[in-house]
Amino acid sequence: MYRYDDIDQRIVDERVAQFREQTRRHLAGQLPDDDFKPLRLQNGLYLQRYAPMLRVAIPYGILSARQLRMLAHIARAYDRGYGHFSTRQNLQFNWPRLEDVPDILEHLASVQMHAIQTSGNCIRNITADHLAGVARDEIVDSFVWCEILRQWSALHPEFAFLPRKFKMAVNGARTDRAATFLHDIGLHALRARDGEIGFRVIVGGGMGRTPIVGQVIREFLHWPHLLTYVEAVLRVYNRHGRRDNPYKARIKILVKARGIEALRDEVEAEWLHLKDGPSTLTEVEVRRVAGRFTRPAYEMLQDIELPQDGPFGAWRRRNVHPHKRAGYAALTLSLKKTGVPPGDVTGAQMDAVADLAERYSFGELRVTHEQNLVFADVRQDRLEALWRELRALGLATPNIGLLTNIIACPGGDFCSLANAKSIPVAEAIQRLFDDLDYLHDIGELDLNISGCMNSCGHHHVGHIGILGVDKNGEEWYQVTIGGSQSPAALGRVIGPSFAQHEVPWVVERLIEVYLAGRDSDAERFVDTVRRIGIEPFQEHVYAHAHSPRRHRESAVA
Amino acid sequence: MPTLIRRGAIESPPSPEPGAALRVEPHEDPAAVADRLGSAARVEVHFPKFTDGRGYSIARLLRERFGYRGELRAVGDVPRDQLHYLARCGFDAFLLRDGEDAKGALAALAGFSEAYQSSVDRPLPLFRRRGASSSA
Repeated sequence: MYRYDDIDQRIVDERVAQFREQTRRHLAGQLPDDDFKPLRLQNGLYLQRYAPMLRVAIPYGILSARQLRMLAHIARAYDRGYGHFSTRQNLQFNWPRLEDVPDILEHLASVQMHAIQTSGNCIRNITADHLAGVARDEIVDSFVWCEILRQWSALHPEFAFLPRKFKMAVNGARTDRAATFLHDIGLHALRARDGEIGFRVIVGGGMGRTPIVGQVIREFLHWPHLLTYVEAVLRVYNRHGRRDNPYKARIKILVKARGIEALRDEVEAEWLHLKDGPSTLTEVEVRRVAGRFTRPAYEMLQDIELPQDGPFGAWRRRNVHPHKRAGYAALTLSLKKTGVPPGDVTGAQMDAVADLAERYSFGELRVTHEQNLVFADVRQDRLEALWRELRALGLATPNIGLLTNIIACPGGDFCSLANAKSIPVAEAIQRLFDDLDYLHDIGELDLNISGCMNSCGHHHVGHIGILGVDKNGEEWYQVTIGGSQSPAALGRVIGPSFAQHEVPWVVERLIEVYLAGRDSDAERFVDTVRRIGIEPFQEHVYAHAHSPRRHRESAVA
Repeated sequence: MPTLIRRGAIESPPSPEPGAALRVEPHEDPAAVADRLGSAARVEVHFPKFTDGRGYSIARLLRERFGYRGELRAVGDVPRDQLHYLARCGFDAFLLRDGEDAKGALAALAGFSEAYQSSVDRPLPLFRRRGASSSA
């Protein structure tokens, strides 16, 4: 991971001092709520339903064992002993006290962490593909480019008060694992025919209330121009994005209003002035940033045969991923054990995982947007020993890619924005699908749950998506099918929404249609939906509308 | 009483000045006022709310694209906590909104000793200025 130099450290320390003073003024009654709000948000602090929520940045998802131990310490000292990994590769504490937040930020700064711009109408934490540096189809190490962008975006003076939040993702491999078409700006690394590295720039994607797949604004941006081009996009957005209605303020609405061609012309015109200016990246800088990353000291090993059968075999098949170095593997620690809210980790688990990361994976780990953890550099001959230790910690559920690896936001149990709860719905589905053989038979299936239109649970791109909606003060759930993250596709609503207790039942009916209709075991749920359309699914679900388990709903979604 | 922070000093009330200011609203295009910059006693960029960030881009354009060198004053909803970013975007005068603590505002201007980005006050980004200190 990137190690701060003294200047990186100073900037974070000065930010903590600034926020400590602002918090003091607020608590002393000198800084009213409305004025304090944008300041605290840009330091990751929300005032939530029951208590403040602090969102800690985990830049592009990478953590050291030491940092994870600090998060465990914060969870115990300032929270109720646990944290929640979000779909933006961040960690959220749900119970800190406002007056403690400056101290928490100081603890974070002591391990080169911060909460800068994890909320507010500014450039947010930049996310990356979680297999950067180890994937076999890698083009560039996206972490290096993310760090360059992190530094450029941190405390950027011009873009602290954008019309709305601004999310960026960088994907460094051939396969898009960073959902680049679903961000305000997505950057997908490319190698041109002449060997030069650059990025395809995608703009205007996003989920939320108005889900839109992004569009390519520039096919190939040579890497030295990364910052100046992105700055041109941000400036056009800052000046012309709508500010009259927060629901129409994301850049995707500007892209829609202008059309991609007109926006491209506008950005290019702005870029002409910035291009080749002082923000043009240099090889020296890219090498400097790359050189500040720790790198695993790999040994010369051979790939080995691993057992296919039994519980270890099942875990290996689901949770272990190929590695570009012979004899090594990357693996996912599932945070989706039934009965545990998706993404939640206790302080004790954090400490234990930190120990394991040191013993098995060069002291580093990663957070994925699916709310799991990844050990990226484990020797294949030690996988079985690691699996035993993970199993003892409840972190070896063999469900990566399967239906029970549910992405879910904290929902109405915690979040003041939510219309409905998500965690109990996730748990009810996990309980219904607790038979591992059946789960494996169903195969790859992304099931995503959001408690409201803000879609923190990424329901739009779930093969099955579940969205909490409010109707006359009651919690209902709308179901979509056919979404996917890569290639980016948005799910379609199957019909009127359901009561909470009906949702697992609906999922079961959808699976029945799929199992009966798939053309082979290799055809995934989402592929079947694409091939046969959503109608057979609608018919089957709503034909059972009078079943005793379904309580008819009078209103239509 | 209105308080102006200018050139590192507090003017409360601001000292009287001859000449008319050119005022730019957030929706206005700096290019449209470019030919009037030379004759203005000063330029005022209006912030109807401090969370309306358009004025930051306007200031940079006035300074970096249209070469404006005179006084650039932030007016309207200008609280002390924004002065640092405003200064980096090219403002050198700040008409604080009512009730702001002027000394606190001066201190906020000096809150950060370094910044990563290219900005009006320091055109070279940090990566072009990093010296031997960063080789640790």
